[in-house]
Amino acid sequence: MEAHKPAVRGAVYGVILNDRDSLERMGPALADTPYKGAPKASVLYIKPAGTVVGSGAVVRLPAGESAVEVGATLGIVFGQGAARLPPEAVPAAIAGYVVVADLSLPHASYYRPAIREKCFDGACPVGSRIVPAAEVGDLAAVSLRTYVDGNLVATRSLADLVRDVPTLVADVSEFMTLRRGDTLLVGVTWQAAQARAGSRVRVEADRVGSVEFEIAAGEGAA
Amino acid sequence: MKFGRIAWQGAIHEVTPGSDGRVRLADGREIAEGQFTWLPPVEVGTVFALGLNYADHAKELAFKAPETPLVFLKGPNAITGHKAFSRRPADATYMHYECELAVVIGKTGYRIAKEDAMQYVAGYSVANDYAIRDYLENYYRPNLRVKNRDACTPLGPWLVTRDEIADPMTLALTTRVNGKTTQQGTTADMIFDIPTLIAYLSSFMTLNPGDVILTGTPEGLADVKAGDVVETEIEGVGCLINTIVDDQTWSATA
Repeated sequence: MEAHKPAVRGAVYGVILNDRDSLERMGPALADTPYKGAPKASVLYIKPAGTVVGSGAVVRLPAGESAVEVGATLGIVFGQGAARLPPEAVPAAIAGYVVVADLSLPHASYYRPAIREKCFDGACPVGSRIVPAAEVGDLAAVSLRTYVDGNLVATRSLADLVRDVPTLVADVSEFMTLRRGDTLLVGVTWQAAQARAGSRVRVEADRVGSVEFEIAAGEGAA
Repeated sequence: MKFGRIAWQGAIHEVTPGSDGRVRLADGREIAEGQFTWLPPVEVGTVFALGLNYADHAKELAFKAPETPLVFLKGPNAITGHKAFSRRPADATYMHYECELAVVIGKTGYRIAKEDAMQYVAGYSVANDYAIRDYLENYYRPNLRVKNRDACTPLGPWLVTRDEIADPMTLALTTRVNGKTTQQGTTADMIFDIPTLIAYLSSFMTLNPGDVILTGTPEGLADVKAGDVVETEIEGVGCLINTIVDDQTWSATA
């Protein structure tokens, strides 16, 4: 695979449970221990600098791990700083969108921050092009497809976001500034499709592009 | 050695302690407090923070001590310098400080053995890891709305190099609110010590110079209100001062 630079260099933030499909699939579990109720605010996490790699990367899993969830998503890339923005001011702050494969070691519980699971080196392959929002158009019409070794393993639409982009950015920027060049992922699905070590993965999004990478097993004992 | 970073006359300077509370520039000139702005002492890379890493604090929050380190991350937006301001939102009923020993990484490493871990430490600083408990929910807890708020993690004033601290695992931690002591503890009570944390984190991700590990806080939390002056101090490392402000002050046009 040809190696490309990732299109983004700033901080990368993500959100879980921002699609109605995931909330429905988790269903009654949301009311039970340990969650004791559906989330009220956006549930966020950080993909640190060491996770971001470009298309063509070989992603080596942590020691003892042999499978990974591939969270196909889009990143909102900021063209200007976003702090305490009302929803109507959000579009002007967006430079464009980039396709992202947000990788996680499978984890059954969302109770505690999933740092080992989501922050291992290479856990955020990012496409090589930021596509202007005007070219992407309505995200509700965008579908994402995940291929493992050439086989289509997952398809999702961005039509069922709980918080659409203006709402999500307004909520998040109320308490944390998104700087020019930072990226906020629009959400990954609960228990996304898995890929095993040795496989080649490709995530593509209508009108935005694709990112491709290879998964390698972790070396040594955990 | 102790190193600080300041903004002064249009440039960023690395400084060392001068006489009478002043700071000393590289060319020897000394500048008085009030003439410059303190910046965080390092340009931070990835910032890790520990939850429930002191047995007494875990008990205070009615949690049993974790079996693996409870780690969360902070973005660059959260970090601010010495003598800065942190916002208490109007709807918060409980915002508390957390005095923490900050460990600054000095060289790149992956899968670092515990016995080698201290060689990867550049030095130490003081952090105040504010939290707004009202916003706690049980998803990726504590989540960013609680712990990654703009300028709610002061860091500084100094980076104290590793050689200056004989044993980082026996340092007294103290917090004072408006001069009154509210939190006292010792780094000896950490559940996962510094070498264990470095070995754990580097088992799955590469640590780099400028990465910072905030190692958790002992018991003694208290609510702080707008106008409170909060001093977090660690023996031999420094005293970090921060002032709480309300929404109006935070958002005011200067």
